[in-house]
Amino acid sequence: MTAFLKLLFRNQLAALGAVVLGIIIVAVLLTPVLPLQDPNVTATADRFLKPLAEGHLLGTDHLGRDMLSRLLHGTLLSLGVGVAAALLAALIGSAIGIVAGYVGGRTDNFVMRGVDMLMAFPYILLALAIVAALGPGLMNALIAVAAVNIPFFARNIRGVTVSLAGREFIDAARLSGMSHTRIVLTELLPNVLPVIIIAMSTTIGWMILETAGLSFLGLGSQPPQADLGSMLGEARSALITYPHVSVIPGVMIFLIVMSVNLLGDGLRDALDPRLRSGALSRPRATTLVDRQGEVPEATDDLLAIQELQTQFHVGPRIYRAVGGVSLAVKPGECLGLIGESGSGKSVTALSVMGLVSSPPGVITGGAVRFQGKDLIGARYEALRRMRGDRVAYIFQDPLSTLHPLYRVGDQLAEAIRSHHKVGKDEARKRAVQLFNDVRIPNAQNRIDNYPHEMSGGMRQRVGIAMALANDPDVIIADEPTTALDVTVQAQILSLLNDLRRDRGLAIVFITHDFGVVAQLCDRIAVMYAGRIVEEGPTNAVLERPAHPYTKRLIACVPELGGGRRELAAIRGLPPVVDDLPPGCAFAPRCDKAQPDCKKGEIPLDGAGTRAVRCLYPEADLTRDEEATA
Amino acid sequence: MTALKVENLAKTFQLKKPLFRATPPGVRAVRPMSFDVAAGETLGVVGESGCGKSTLARMLVGLLEPSAGRIEIAGRALDNADPEEFGKLIQYVFQDPTSSLNPRKTIRQIIEAPLKRLYKMPKEKREARISEIFDSVNLREEFLDRYPHEFSGGQAQRIGIARALAANPEIIILDEPVSALDVSVQAQVLNLMEVLKAEFGLTYLFITHDLAVVEAVSDRILVLYFGAVVEVGRADSIFANPRHPYTKLLADSAPVVGRPLTAPEQKGSELPDPLNPPTGCAFAGRCPRATDLCRKTDPVLEKMGDDQFAACHHPL
Ligand SMILES: Nc1ncnc2c1ncn2[C@@H]1O[C@H](COP(=O)(O)OP(=O)(O)OP(=O)(O)O)[C@@H](O)[C@H]1O
Ligand code: SF4
Ligand code: SF4
Ligand SMILES: [Mg+2]
Repeated sequence: MTAFLKLLFRNQLAALGAVVLGIIIVAVLLTPVLPLQDPNVTATADRFLKPLAEGHLLGTDHLGRDMLSRLLHGTLLSLGVGVAAALLAALIGSAIGIVAGYVGGRTDNFVMRGVDMLMAFPYILLALAIVAALGPGLMNALIAVAAVNIPFFARNIRGVTVSLAGREFIDAARLSGMSHTRIVLTELLPNVLPVIIIAMSTTIGWMILETAGLSFLGLGSQPPQADLGSMLGEARSALITYPHVSVIPGVMIFLIVMSVNLLGDGLRDALDPRLRSGALSRPRATTLVDRQGEVPEATDDLLAIQELQTQFHVGPRIYRAVGGVSLAVKPGECLGLIGESGSGKSVTALSVMGLVSSPPGVITGGAVRFQGKDLIGARYEALRRMRGDRVAYIFQDPLSTLHPLYRVGDQLAEAIRSHHKVGKDEARKRAVQLFNDVRIPNAQNRIDNYPHEMSGGMRQRVGIAMALANDPDVIIADEPTTALDVTVQAQILSLLNDLRRDRGLAIVFITHDFGVVAQLCDRIAVMYAGRIVEEGPTNAVLERPAHPYTKRLIACVPELGGGRRELAAIRGLPPVVDDLPPGCAFAPRCDKAQPDCKKGEIPLDGAGTRAVRCLYPEADLTRDEEATA
Repeated sequence: MTALKVENLAKTFQLKKPLFRATPPGVRAVRPMSFDVAAGETLGVVGESGCGKSTLARMLVGLLEPSAGRIEIAGRALDNADPEEFGKLIQYVFQDPTSSLNPRKTIRQIIEAPLKRLYKMPKEKREARISEIFDSVNLREEFLDRYPHEFSGGQAQRIGIARALAANPEIIILDEPVSALDVSVQAQVLNLMEVLKAEFGLTYLFITHDLAVVEAVSDRILVLYFGAVVEVGRADSIFANPRHPYTKLLADSAPVVGRPLTAPEQKGSELPDPLNPPTGCAFAGRCPRATDLCRKTDPVLEKMGDDQFAACHHPL
């Protein structure tokens, strides 16, 4: 709660809103006990007294009534009606939205068509029509304002409910024997409540304004009762001669609506989970760089990641997602990067082109060299020119790189044209060629599909075609086949394999599937808790793993043809990277751990092409090297 | 003893009627299929995405009403699609462990629900039963008062299993229960399920697309293609001696250490379109053995050797 308030008030405008609103509310709540004059007592002799007149701090109106008293009573009424209207609208609108969203089908269709129809009317006309039908009066104005706002709530809440109702926990609740009513009340409602609160906090200001509008037109509060709108309305005739009578309620309306809206916006932002982790700023175009220590020397590899360190700074915690990783690929080579979820594989890959989102990501050390040139700290323009052109990515979810509203062929042509000066027809021809390359059948027609018209496997092939569009030298593929079926996966892997043979493409292939790595990669690197723990040629590592973690991980993977059996497991979980133990990060799960494993830094030591970060490795690497020599 | 018996079970999803045109025929997500699962058995179900695995599973637990056919669990016919009725006999473990737990409820509230709603158990008895179940799935009791986001995927999946166990069912349907988990954790969960099966005398229906996993945990395996059963056989022999060309394609496509990388399938072959299904064998468009007979008549499941059935005119 205090953390939430801190987040809320880091937004200074929201804090300002809260202060102003707080003062108004306190003043209004104290109204009954303050020594004020009766707001409705007229004294025609004292008409239109200026503010600061004796006995009338804010002067008097056209009937000689005390402005201060009327203002405070009027504010109380306006606020009360506004809040009541908001509650009513939220209650009814949310109920409609939740029921329509949960029941779905025809009911949903029917209800939502009705809501759409209501929303098509200008709301003030609708409110006027309602008041005209019910007759003027504050209560009826309240009902009218609530009614015109119901569709807004219904629509918003239905959207959220539909996405929640499709979640598996609702199915689970039904299988636990809960009735529909109970599911709506105990499973759905607590999850939509934050959305209702946000919707309310952003509309309540307007509802106060709308009520004031109706009163201003004489349709809301009736004389002598004061609310802000009717005060303004009555002062209309004396606007030029005695401006204070209309300026005072006008300023109050302005203050209320402004402070409520500022606070509401702040509340919305603070409740938004996307902002909770980061600052209130927008993500930067490239990852923030704050490099400490020496920058490593250039090598002659095509792409070299050197001593790379990438961290996430979240509040006081520092997550060392990548803690000094070195990797390199040559043309035509495929490097497999293996590791469990959270071991830092993706962050390593994204750091190469500065794609880690900042904040909270920061690159704090090392270098990434493409043909010897350091990319870390390079200017955004330079990086942008290389992204997709020299170094391309394939992501696990192809939808994340495809725009849903454009034809795939146009997107592909655009990708080509953004890096090369070619004509539209030329680009399209090249796009068809690429579709054929990635073996999309019937490329001529498929190119005019929208992403949603293609199956997952097809989309992934489009993602690969995008990556190949500009003949990159390096492709970084982050689990490109994990979500695919085995038959499609086999096709895509063989395609990538052909490409590196034919075009000399270098591939960094991130996965946690040893079968895939064994078939595609020349070398593999195993990551654990943000560091490389073992590296070497694929066959050597798979046959004689040297790090206890690699060995145990290989044993965990069931292989086809092994028959029914108990599977090997590694007990415990990988460590969280904001609080790594000294020494070997695997020690708490390792059978061979000795006291000295938990002391200082353990280097990545090796002989020839292999290396391991372990004091008591499973295989003797020097012997291994002699055997192959 | 038969724990689950399915006869001619089918599901067709009706499409919306477009304005000014006739109603389209609907998507046949599950075509009439029949199979049995013996008590204490683990039946694996494999197939590619979209082949109807989850539709089948949702019908079996009563979350979806079948279009035709009947379901019999432990000798009782259940075809009214009422999860409250099904819940005591058959339960479901979901693919995504975190999305299957309500983020705003404590673990205790989640596990209590079946005891309270299905069995109307009083408080003291519930407490005792929950600690018993939690012990079985190797979770510490202090976790009970925490919220789902505080757990790792493997722990969350064990909570999901605990909830299923709380309903004291005869059968548990496991829908890709480990595909969202890391390999090191995957094995922990699979081994735990094996122990629980013996402890509580359960029967499993294990749905997955990972052939190696399904082979390691199942007694028999059912291969689905395009909403129909194309082959059934013993887990230890079906991938080594497939009779249906599709089963062989699956087995050949699985990445295996030490096997060179080849694309087992011809380039350019396309999957059948559910809105416009082909006549005859649905696999004909991808099958190297397809003949005119295949394109005309749909093959039916036939016995081929001991314990093995395949639906193919020209079996391997
Ligand atoms: N935006 C972020 N904010 C804070 N921490 C993050 C963020 N993105 C990643 N991390 C942390 O960085 C670490 C490494 O994450 P990364 O995504 O690289 O793992 P991975 O090996 O690719 O895992 P997976 O197999 O699940 O894809 C994790 O501890 C993760 O929680
Ligand atoms: S360094 Fe020690 S604890 Fe770490 S993997 Fe090697 S033997 Fe195990
Ligand atoms: S029936 Fe014909 S097309 Fe179908 S799988 Fe058998 S051989 Fe292939
Ligand atoms: Mg990742």
